[in-house]
Amino acid sequence: MHQPSANPRPSIYYNYQVFKPWLPTEHGPQEKKKVVIVGAGPAGMVTALELARHGVASVVLASELQFSQGSRAIVFTRRSLEILQQVGVAHRITENGLPWRCGNSIYRGQKVFRMETPLDPDDRFFPMINIQQQYLEEYLHDACAANPLIDFRWGNKLVHAEQSAGSVTAHVDTSAGPYLLKTEWLVAADGGRSEIRSAMNLKLEGASFESIFVIADIRIDLPYPTERLAFFDPDWNRGNTILMHKEPHGIWRVDYQLPPGETPEEALRPESLQERIDAQLKMIGFENTPWEMDWSSVYSARTLTLPEYVHDRIVFTGDAAHLLPIFGVRGANTAFQDAQSLGWHLAYVLNGISPEKLMANHSQERVGAAREIITEAGKSTRFMAPPSRGFRLLRDAVLSLSLTEEFVRPLYHWRTSRPHEYKHSALNSLSDDNAQFTGGPALGAPPQNVQLQQDDFLLDHLGGGFDLVYVAPNQSIPKDLLQAIVEAKNNGIPLKLLAITQDNVDVHGADKTLFDPQQRFQLRYAVSAGGAYLFRPDQHVCARWHQVDAARLLSSLQLALMQ
Amino acid sequence: MNTIHTLDIVGLEQVYDRLATAIDQAGPEKSELFLVKLALLNAKAIGRPDLFEAHIEAALKDLSN
Repeated sequence: MHQPSANPRPSIYYNYQVFKPWLPTEHGPQEKKKVVIVGAGPAGMVTALELARHGVASVVLASELQFSQGSRAIVFTRRSLEILQQVGVAHRITENGLPWRCGNSIYRGQKVFRMETPLDPDDRFFPMINIQQQYLEEYLHDACAANPLIDFRWGNKLVHAEQSAGSVTAHVDTSAGPYLLKTEWLVAADGGRSEIRSAMNLKLEGASFESIFVIADIRIDLPYPTERLAFFDPDWNRGNTILMHKEPHGIWRVDYQLPPGETPEEALRPESLQERIDAQLKMIGFENTPWEMDWSSVYSARTLTLPEYVHDRIVFTGDAAHLLPIFGVRGANTAFQDAQSLGWHLAYVLNGISPEKLMANHSQERVGAAREIITEAGKSTRFMAPPSRGFRLLRDAVLSLSLTEEFVRPLYHWRTSRPHEYKHSALNSLSDDNAQFTGGPALGAPPQNVQLQQDDFLLDHLGGGFDLVYVAPNQSIPKDLLQAIVEAKNNGIPLKLLAITQDNVDVHGADKTLFDPQQRFQLRYAVSAGGAYLFRPDQHVCARWHQVDAARLLSSLQLALMQ
Repeated sequence: MNTIHTLDIVGLEQVYDRLATAIDQAGPEKSELFLVKLALLNAKAIGRPDLFEAHIEAALKDLSN
């Protein structure tokens, strides 16, 4: 019998709520489900919320009775917030998180590199925002709990998943004993140590780095703004790297590399943590400032991915699908993109809009994204934690040169997580004007937000299906275009027509008129009257035209849906 | 740049002596670091990754004797 702990986890800033387990003895026989999601972390919950958005019910199995231990993922990117906005929780993060846009690299007490990411007036969200993962999970869970399509089951541990033609049987254990749950699809969002992955004997491809890092959260009053601080080769930890990030509630994340040969057990001894944190505080001039420990853990940098995420009716997502280095905040931030992609692909298959092969597209796109991330992250990792003598020598030479030589300083750039462009997606239009565009997001690219008016942005209006954003030349939509859209809708394609207009008057026939007095959309998307962009349900571009017409719109939709 | 700089024997001897004394000056512990820094500065001055690659290939030859 699965007996998860009912004692609230310790924390100096977060009050853990212990939820009641869902017990099979208190519920009737279980009919076959559409989707069972194993794992209630960010990947699992965003998948459930996205599925629900497309009308698909799911069961979420949470092995524990409470949110995860410690702050874990703390830095969330703009694209993550845009995805979280789609599932209705971004506002809670912006209300409570710490936004930031600057990072500093420090060597021998000198700031050798500073990066300031400009604030684009067309963006609703900051480049980065810090908040502890417990809060993120809480907000996502609140959204799941409020959604009638999501059946959230605390204290339900998947023991075994069995595949047969067109279905999966989940063997689930609870504190009242086991039960069986049949489902059409099973999503493995069970994290980096995925037991489903191990049981299926699936091998991750890529590299693991030997360096071990400690992450410790301490409460301390430091007079620094919310910016990334990276210390290279400090006196107290020669050759290694220390990172510091500010979190809400006066918490600071201290992240330091261990000397080779030291074990995680040694590193996590309280005396060892104390000594090193004290040394770091001394180095930055806060030797006698009192601090209190909240949580600590260790990690090593890995750049690994499954070569396929869809295995018949079992789909891997988030850390269960890939293990990406923490440098560049690529864990949860990649998971949101995975989950958003999975949500719509799977929903469209289940809703009968697209054939099952659309799931192969999901796998292909997201494996491609993971491989791109691995290439990029590998560069940061080789600088942060050099994997060989040669890499260490080069890194040290760059540190040394950086004190006086400007040209090496950009090597400190840490390449933060950014959304993958599905440049080679099979869903990209073959009958559009992409090649003739001179700006704007290209085929497969994620969207560029646009501030239409004060507190009114393009991405506030997209999502939940395909969106055709059309720059209306006047107050009406051409008849044949309108007919094509009606035809697509009648064929069950979730499609909205959003008309962009410079005049504050509704455009007849549009599902929504977006008033854009400054013509920001036309500027950012390099398009003029009569032109249009077709966005997928994950807001990536799948077609764009200088002059849209009915026939090319319909053929592009059919291609994007693999119909 | 139109001017082609060549390293004549006088110049080469000058570089030879200066590099030797600089390696001694850096000391056995730091000479490797010094040489890598120097290589990066030279790479910057050359401004051509392909030429730098050719230099690497040439320098990797006959290391065993």
